[in-house]
Amino acid sequence: MSYHIVVCGSIVPDPLQVLEPIVGPTGPALKNEMMLPAVLDPWAGHALFEAANLAKNVPNSKVWLVALGPKAKLQQVMMSVAQKALFTLVAADGPASGFVDAFDTAAALTTAIEGIADLDRDKMLLFGGWQSASRGTGATIQMVGERLGIVNQFQGVDKLTVNADGSMDILERIEGGSYLTSRLSSAPAAMGWATGELPEPPNNPQVGMMNMKSIMPALQQAKPAQLTGAGFKVENVAQPKVMRQTRIEKDMSTDAIAQEIVAWIKG
Amino acid sequence: MYTLQTLPGDDVRQIMWRFAERFDLQMVVQSSRSIARTTVASLVAQGARNSHEWTDLKQELLDAFDASGLTALYMNTSQGGFMDGPKNLALSLAAFELSWVDGGAATSSLASNLALAPSHEKGTPEQRDYYMSRAVPPQPGEDRTIWRGAFALTEPLPYVGVDTGVLVGKVKVKDWKDGEEPMLQVEKRGRFITNMDFAYFVTAAVDSTDERIKGSCMITLEEGDEGSFDRGAPTMKMCHQLSSTRDPIINVTVPASRIIGGYTVVDGQIVPNFTHGEIIGSVFHRTRIPVGLMTTAKLLSAVEPVIRYHRTRFRGGDASNPGSPKFEQGIQQKEDAQQRLIDIWAIGEAGASMGFTAAREADTFDPIEREKESFLAEQGCTSARKQFAMIRKKDAETMEYIDLLFDTGRDETRFAALDADVLVKFSYLDKLLGVIIPTTKLWNTGVGAIFLREAISLVGGYGITEDCPGFLMNKWADSQLEATYEGPEAVQRMHLTITQADPVFLHLLGKYADDMAASDAPGSDGLAAGIRMWLTAMTYLSENTDADGNKLYHRKRQGVTFPMADAVGWLLASYYLFKDVAELQEKGGMNPTVAEGLEGLSGFYADLAQVMAARAVGEVGRILSELVYGFNSGADVSAFAALRAEADAKLAGVRLAKDRAGQALTQVMIPEALDYPM
Repeated sequence: MSYHIVVCGSIVPDPLQVLEPIVGPTGPALKNEMMLPAVLDPWAGHALFEAANLAKNVPNSKVWLVALGPKAKLQQVMMSVAQKALFTLVAADGPASGFVDAFDTAAALTTAIEGIADLDRDKMLLFGGWQSASRGTGATIQMVGERLGIVNQFQGVDKLTVNADGSMDILERIEGGSYLTSRLSSAPAAMGWATGELPEPPNNPQVGMMNMKSIMPALQQAKPAQLTGAGFKVENVAQPKVMRQTRIEKDMSTDAIAQEIVAWIKG
Repeated sequence: MYTLQTLPGDDVRQIMWRFAERFDLQMVVQSSRSIARTTVASLVAQGARNSHEWTDLKQELLDAFDASGLTALYMNTSQGGFMDGPKNLALSLAAFELSWVDGGAATSSLASNLALAPSHEKGTPEQRDYYMSRAVPPQPGEDRTIWRGAFALTEPLPYVGVDTGVLVGKVKVKDWKDGEEPMLQVEKRGRFITNMDFAYFVTAAVDSTDERIKGSCMITLEEGDEGSFDRGAPTMKMCHQLSSTRDPIINVTVPASRIIGGYTVVDGQIVPNFTHGEIIGSVFHRTRIPVGLMTTAKLLSAVEPVIRYHRTRFRGGDASNPGSPKFEQGIQQKEDAQQRLIDIWAIGEAGASMGFTAAREADTFDPIEREKESFLAEQGCTSARKQFAMIRKKDAETMEYIDLLFDTGRDETRFAALDADVLVKFSYLDKLLGVIIPTTKLWNTGVGAIFLREAISLVGGYGITEDCPGFLMNKWADSQLEATYEGPEAVQRMHLTITQADPVFLHLLGKYADDMAASDAPGSDGLAAGIRMWLTAMTYLSENTDADGNKLYHRKRQGVTFPMADAVGWLLASYYLFKDVAELQEKGGMNPTVAEGLEGLSGFYADLAQVMAARAVGEVGRILSELVYGFNSGADVSAFAALRAEADAKLAGVRLAKDRAGQALTQVMIPEALDYPM
């Protein structure tokens, strides 16, 4: 028993940056998006770290990271991500913005996955983020799975346990803080990960050096993804309104301040 | 008028500092940064600096270094590291990233490397592999403790410190049986020894008190050696509290094989192959670069928090409403606040340009130095004096090589021949590094400390509180220690007294002036005049005497030589900034990320370089005028006076550049919040 784990994930702007929506010549965008530092989408990150952990514990398993994004920015992010887990990068050059249609993205990712030469579809676990930090449609992994003919799909996954008989127990988030536990007899399956249970691994440059042997050629050979955008239009983009009311209080005790905050939270 | 869209990111830095093609170094940057902005920042925010002791909290630093590969950065792959080849640039980048948050953390990351450096530079292959392979974290399946080290040179006053010559640390023969390894008794008292809380081994400088041992040496002492290995009291230092520092007292018996670099027995006497001075010279030649860059990192780290403070200064109260200039721009409405920050930024950029140039050139130099050693050994030329004479004979060819380096229409055959001559190449790099390494240490830390104070002043009273964003007050205090570590300013100036007057370096500096004169970068012609002014002053001071007939440029006349060393730092830092800006302008367009904002970046950096050149030429003019006019020499000063006037006239437009750059600060997009906790 072994797995071929394909993680779909790309980059998002560093959330500490000012993310100001603008309307550019090709539609909505973020101001200075190309120049802003980027990070691996945290949801995809959870999926990747879970995949790496699973591959470490199940002999002969392999991990691919399939990423659609501007390759110059992907390269920068890989300098950190590549140190955290062993994987092979499959890159497609294209926008990673939150304003790209999930349908197009899923098509591009599927094409990239179908191009992986030594991927055994019977052993395949398709991983990705349940949501995305750029614009969470929650639809991309579902559509990639459908296109690849994977009908066993799980969303909001927090835990995957491989049993001795090769079956898998999968913990999915459902409403009300509860979990749904499913038992899957075998791969293939698609899983949109929530946060998982693993911390972000520390950087390990030795892992990074190993990964770079495949990452740099993958980036150099990344083909432009075909994203038509047909039938898709973002009508309006705006930042959430921030309300700030300042009141100057003198000689108010900390207890009184705390009580007022609690009362405000309770509404 | 350009717009600086965002603060320069990694893509920009990789081009300017020439590691865009080195993914191994880019990974080092990311590893160091992730530790700096999480573990290190958290320790500072929790008040870990408020203790002289090495606490459990501080120990987290070492664990983080181990887990992220920084502990193994200095080692080759065969020793458990992950990179082969010279590592001056790698160590400099790591120190830069850590110092961005805390200088003491950077010192902690470097200190074990400093302890290993004597073995690395001059040790026998066995010594090198033995200690370096034990200093890396255990590999999977290994169960062992990491050997951390301490470098013990400095001794309790009045003994060795600035002057490495007088050692109180002693070595004598304890037992020497026929046919067996001599056993040595080593006594060493240290002062201000970094890593001493947890060092398993110490590389100590000691002198012989026994006629059976010749001269001085460096020797490795281990905690498990027979005798006393007292770690001593914590040093009551007031900065760099995230590094461990104690004053150890060690008295142990060790085999003579611990003498670093080995020894030979001549007529019944143990003769170490290297004196402690030879080893220290070789070690410090390189390790001073990252220390200089530590202060530089802090200057550049101040830019973002100061901008944020200025912009948000009046938000939240009754004094301004959203949409009003006071609310939106805050103190950035005022020209002075913008322009003083431009000065800080320019000094930081220039220091980085010079320091990273030094690190890159040191990487180039390392294999050439070893090649030179082999070549000269084959020629039977092993003594330092003979080697010096042999390399001196190459001065003319080295100058020709330098001419060809700057000649775009050069004779490629001749250039290739000189480039392949190991002694010429060695001579060129040796003369270059002989100046820019001590200058990186001297100028980056000394001038950097002054401008860190400026940064604090831009944050008002907030700047001197623990709440100050970016830990600026800590950084200022730490910069004073960075100016002192591995030889304070006076040591660097003493070194430069010799190296800056070397004819090959003077020739190279003349080519820098020509290079700047030929450039169309605004302000570069002013820098060219400034460099020529310095060269003219050097000639004047070397050829003339004061009113009493005493020599002016003389190694013992520090009132002349030391200010010249201060001045040359300004010029070189400015020169290397121009070169890095030119690199960005040339190559930025090839990177799609940089290309999008290149117009703004290019305009801003051109203005920054011009501001820096004007400041450099101004400082140099002030220093040189005192020296040329100040000793009533009576010799003809017209050449100098003409150059000073020319340099002043070439400041034309510099304040407009500063206006533009200052204005750019009011528009640049900065992150919502600092990316490390306070």
